Amino acid sequence: MTAIETAPPPARAGARRLAWRQAEVVERVAETRRATTLVLDVPDWPGHRAGQHVDIRLTADDGYQAQRSYSIASPPEALRLALTVERLERGEVSPWLVDEARPGDRFELRGPIGGYFAWSVAAGGPLLLVAGGSGVAPLMAMLRHRAASGAAGRAVPARLLLSSRSFADIIYREELERLGSAPGGPGIVHTLTRERPPPSWRGHARRIDASMLAEVGFPPAAAPKVFVCGPTTMVEAVAEALVGLGHEPGRVKTERFGATGGG
Amino acid sequence: MTTTRGFTGRGRAKADERRVPPGQYVTEDFPVLSAGPTPHTPLDRWTLTLQDGGSPVGKWTWEEFQALPRTELTVDIHCVTKWSKLGTVWEGVTIDDLLAAAGLEEPPAPYLMAHCDGGYTTNLPLEDLLGGKGLVATRFDGEPLAPEHGGPARLLVPHLYFWKSAKWVRRLRFMEHDEPGFWESLGYHIYGDPWREQRYDGD
Repeated sequence: MTAIETAPPPARAGARRLAWRQAEVVERVAETRRATTLVLDVPDWPGHRAGQHVDIRLTADDGYQAQRSYSIASPPEALRLALTVERLERGEVSPWLVDEARPGDRFELRGPIGGYFAWSVAAGGPLLLVAGGSGVAPLMAMLRHRAASGAAGRAVPARLLLSSRSFADIIYREELERLGSAPGGPGIVHTLTRERPPPSWRGHARRIDASMLAEVGFPPAAAPKVFVCGPTTMVEAVAEALVGLGHEPGRVKTERFGATGGG
Repeated sequence: MTTTRGFTGRGRAKADERRVPPGQYVTEDFPVLSAGPTPHTPLDRWTLTLQDGGSPVGKWTWEEFQALPRTELTVDIHCVTKWSKLGTVWEGVTIDDLLAAAGLEEPPAPYLMAHCDGGYTTNLPLEDLLGGKGLVATRFDGEPLAPEHGGPARLLVPHLYFWKSAKWVRRLRFMEHDEPGFWESLGYHIYGDPWREQRYDGD
């Protein structure tokens, strides 16, 4: 049996309720056909750690409300909060965020939430990030935080393996390229699962499997801190393969989103 | 209340307020949420232990556990990540029957910590587990419980947010005082009543 690596429990006494705040959209960035980044101004944002998420709440004219959780894509160092949201076809909240929200719109938000799937440069590495689709969002917060941390960040070896449906579906493609080619930047490896890659493609072209993880990831002896985020089936397969390769289960942290048809 | 421009809401048709707590939406799927890899404990090495203080007061192998009285429950479940699933069918052993099998007429302490394979823990008051309210479930929808959903056995405490229904449960430890478990130490509510929307500490 392996123990889950736990952070020291925060003091419980006098816990303050996580307040709902009015977030205002200041910018929208079309990432792919399905994914949009919303840059938000959140008054009195208390700060967050890379990997944490927020709850958002939308309210219709008749008072009907819907809530969902989204990962924060911006690093703690950023002045504004960024969420990268993928449209779920039968979804309720994501279509509004991806297609409808525009600068000046306001909605309620509270957070940050989740202290387990979180990383900071102080926690050290090596750092192995494995993402499927928009699951890259919280891992991008980690890479952006690493990049914003100067020499201390560069001292932490980091690699990202990102699985996308097609070349056009790669979220943050250009920024990842810039990060990866900077001195001391993270290793960035792509794999495409649903489309034959372009002729110049240097990444992989299949679902993530044990041999890909063995090739791209750090060896278990290096005791990397591993974060896996993506759809359930992908996360299950990757986590199982990592444990099979000899990685300590307690060092493999997972965050999953199912195709629940409601997002 | 500030409304959101252009948001109409599609979920309301399904949202029966008597069955769906505030802030939840109904899903037909069964999403998986776990903090780490899914453990796979072979049944011949699986045991369930009831612990009071330092010593076990009851311990069952898989075979012995199967011989305990079984109960079927049809319940709605509510995950703190906002999905609710209605009319789910579970089968297992109630905490009442477990205590009886251990020869305990009453629980020796008012709280309990569930300990699981993988290191997960969650805390519960005994009164939320007794009277048929809590189950150690081994079957879902007529089938053995799948590993990613907590198999071979998970707690089922459907009237609280679903993180309290600990997957891969192996040991139930009585406690004199309430103490936070895994998520409860990481900002989630100590009790977790979905009808009072107790998602996070301070809610």
